[in-house]
Amino acid sequence: MNVEASERLALVARGAVKVFEDGTRAIDGVDLAVRAGECVALVGESGSGKTTLLRLFNRTVEPTEGRVEVDGRDVGATDPVGLRRRIGFVQQEGGLLPHWTVARNVGLVPELLGWPAARRGERAAELLALVGLEPGRFAGRYPHQLSGGQRQRVAIARAIAAEPEVVLLDEPFGALDALTRRELHAELPRWRAALGATMLLVTHDLDEAFRLADRVGVMRAGRLLQTAPPTELEARPTHPYVASLLALRGGGG
Amino acid sequence: MRPALLAAACLAGAALAPGPAEAAEPAAGTVVVGSKNFEESRLLAEMFAQLLEARTDLAVERRLSLAGTQVCFEALRTGAIDLYPEYTGTGLVSILGRPAEGDPAAALARVRREFLARWDLWWLAPLGFENAYEIAVPERLARAQGLATISDLARVAGRLDAGFGYEFVEREDGLPGLARVYGLAFRRVRPMQQAIKYRAAHAGEIDVLDVYTTDGRLLTHRLTVLADDRGFFPPYQAAPLVRGATLAAHPEVGTVLALLAGALDEDVMRQLNFRLQIGHEEPAAVARDALADLGLVAVASAAAGEHDAGRSDPFTVYLWMRRGELGRRTMEHLALTGAALALGIALALPLGLALERRRWLAEPVIRAVGVTQTVPSLALLAFMIPFFGVGALPAVVALWIYSLFPILRNTYTGVRDADPAAVASAWALGMTQGQLLVRVRLPLAAPVILAGIRTSAVITVGTATLAAFIGAGGLGEPIVTGLQLADTRRILSGAIPAALLALAVDGLLALVERRVRPPGPG
Repeated sequence: MNVEASERLALVARGAVKVFEDGTRAIDGVDLAVRAGECVALVGESGSGKTTLLRLFNRTVEPTEGRVEVDGRDVGATDPVGLRRRIGFVQQEGGLLPHWTVARNVGLVPELLGWPAARRGERAAELLALVGLEPGRFAGRYPHQLSGGQRQRVAIARAIAAEPEVVLLDEPFGALDALTRRELHAELPRWRAALGATMLLVTHDLDEAFRLADRVGVMRAGRLLQTAPPTELEARPTHPYVASLLALRGGGG
Repeated sequence: MRPALLAAACLAGAALAPGPAEAAEPAAGTVVVGSKNFEESRLLAEMFAQLLEARTDLAVERRLSLAGTQVCFEALRTGAIDLYPEYTGTGLVSILGRPAEGDPAAALARVRREFLARWDLWWLAPLGFENAYEIAVPERLARAQGLATISDLARVAGRLDAGFGYEFVEREDGLPGLARVYGLAFRRVRPMQQAIKYRAAHAGEIDVLDVYTTDGRLLTHRLTVLADDRGFFPPYQAAPLVRGATLAAHPEVGTVLALLAGALDEDVMRQLNFRLQIGHEEPAAVARDALADLGLVAVASAAAGEHDAGRSDPFTVYLWMRRGELGRRTMEHLALTGAALALGIALALPLGLALERRRWLAEPVIRAVGVTQTVPSLALLAFMIPFFGVGALPAVVALWIYSLFPILRNTYTGVRDADPAAVASAWALGMTQGQLLVRVRLPLAAPVILAGIRTSAVITVGTATLAAFIGAGGLGEPIVTGLQLADTRRILSGAIPAALLALAVDGLLALVERRVRPPGPG
């Protein structure tokens, strides 16, 4: 399901290399361009470098070589704190602040940006409603009083609270049971439409990638082997590894 | 480290300033009288103090019950006190490390010469009695074995158990020298408190003990003092030992204390000590009577007052009669503990946070601070004296050092282990390091940090009882005095409030801990 994407590039990596202190070459020369409004999924085995690649864009990982851009600007020359406040971020599990209420968690970035309290409260209520959590019941609760699925809904609401143009999702549904995951899969496109943001999604789950993304990138050993829309990936894999990975998927899509 | 310690110590001094009788430095016109932690030393110091109060315009501060010769002498040498009663033999052998010398006049001349030359400390005229070490055995043993001299004792020592004072066991003019000169080898030597020894001898648990010539308990216990037939023990004439600087600033101190020259003999001292040791009277009252008997102060008008809590009163009445002192001691105790803990938090909390940012340093630093916990508390207290003298200041510094480890360790681990996923995501959403610390890590670590502070507080309240050994007062004062006198009620009158205080502090901090615990499971 392709959403109309503009030609403006929201996320760009050129010749990106990341070598960690222990010598691990997590990213080994990656080129990636994500158009504004597009949703790109990165798939691959554990250790293939997909999470590291995602983290280059909000400078929670610094590249060893190459250039990384967000909205045409070199992130290496951008203040990381300001950059991160403009980019939504969802991680696998446990990312909520346990000592804050649901509403305050959702309003985290607005709080950092100095929004007045009343406006933060309104925004939190609006977003809780969007992600399917009745504000009156959930705003005052604490994360430990929620189910895993509810917590990830809050995490997504938090990621988009300050209307970022880019949202990074690092295996956002990875720790959920199959049923809950399916519910969230069904709702994510609607949230995305409401937001109109550019999304980069890291996942283990090929079905998830095929269902949600406009294009899917397959990574292996720090390299991005092929990036293409799902149908093209299935029809014309350019690398034997991509073909074998897709074969594992079997039916579905 | 030294400037930091000093700064901390000054802070502590300031914190303690409102506390009773804790002026950090003796003001002009004040002399500080010290004593060791046994009855006779306290009594003589009290007599010096009262005489100076009666006959001069000087204000007198008392730092009584300092833990032993070393502590007392260091306090005098460093100017923490101005004078204290000392014995020539102790000066000769324990302080100067000279061999014992038999002739009293020669011994006095020798300590006078060397103390003056080395430290500008003056031995004033001796008080007139000697309080030497002597060796005693129960009368029935002496009769059965025909023991009259220490040489007699050497013949049968292999079958006997000895109970000796801690200092006696170590001092060159005590057991080591004695054993060499007489060839003494006991079956067993048990180091014990002076007062306990008499009880142990009475109960037949020990056969031999060291006694002081003027010990009042010799009047009631059925003991035979053995003759020192080889003249091993040096003469122990008691005399005021005074700083030269004090005599220069206040010559009247020397003039007034000279009134006591030759004024006391062994019989009088035994009687006076008896009142302290067996009658459990206050040194102040006994000293007043002694000075009145000597005609040196006006006769006190029936002053058998508040302190005369008799042995027969129920414990609750005893406590009630001592309520004034106990209240004061409790406040001193709280001031010591509070100052040490506040300083401990002030250093350990920021240090723990700093180490969390430099984790490679954390292990070595925390381990090094942990070593302070392994130093016996009494040793640490005594170690402070050369730097800070005696009284509240060194006690606060020592307690402060003790308080650091639990707070430091818990701050470091609490902040380090605070919900890593929550910290990582808040960082990825644009929190600065400062915001992460204040809004996420500290709130999440608060219960762990508070648990560290709580542990530290309870340890400090307990350890502060030992501060009495270096003259810092507090609830340890009745405990230390009670131990000397084998006066169980006096010990309990310090120990019970101290234990209650520890429980109260623990309970209070438990409430605070509950309040700072962030919402969440567990």
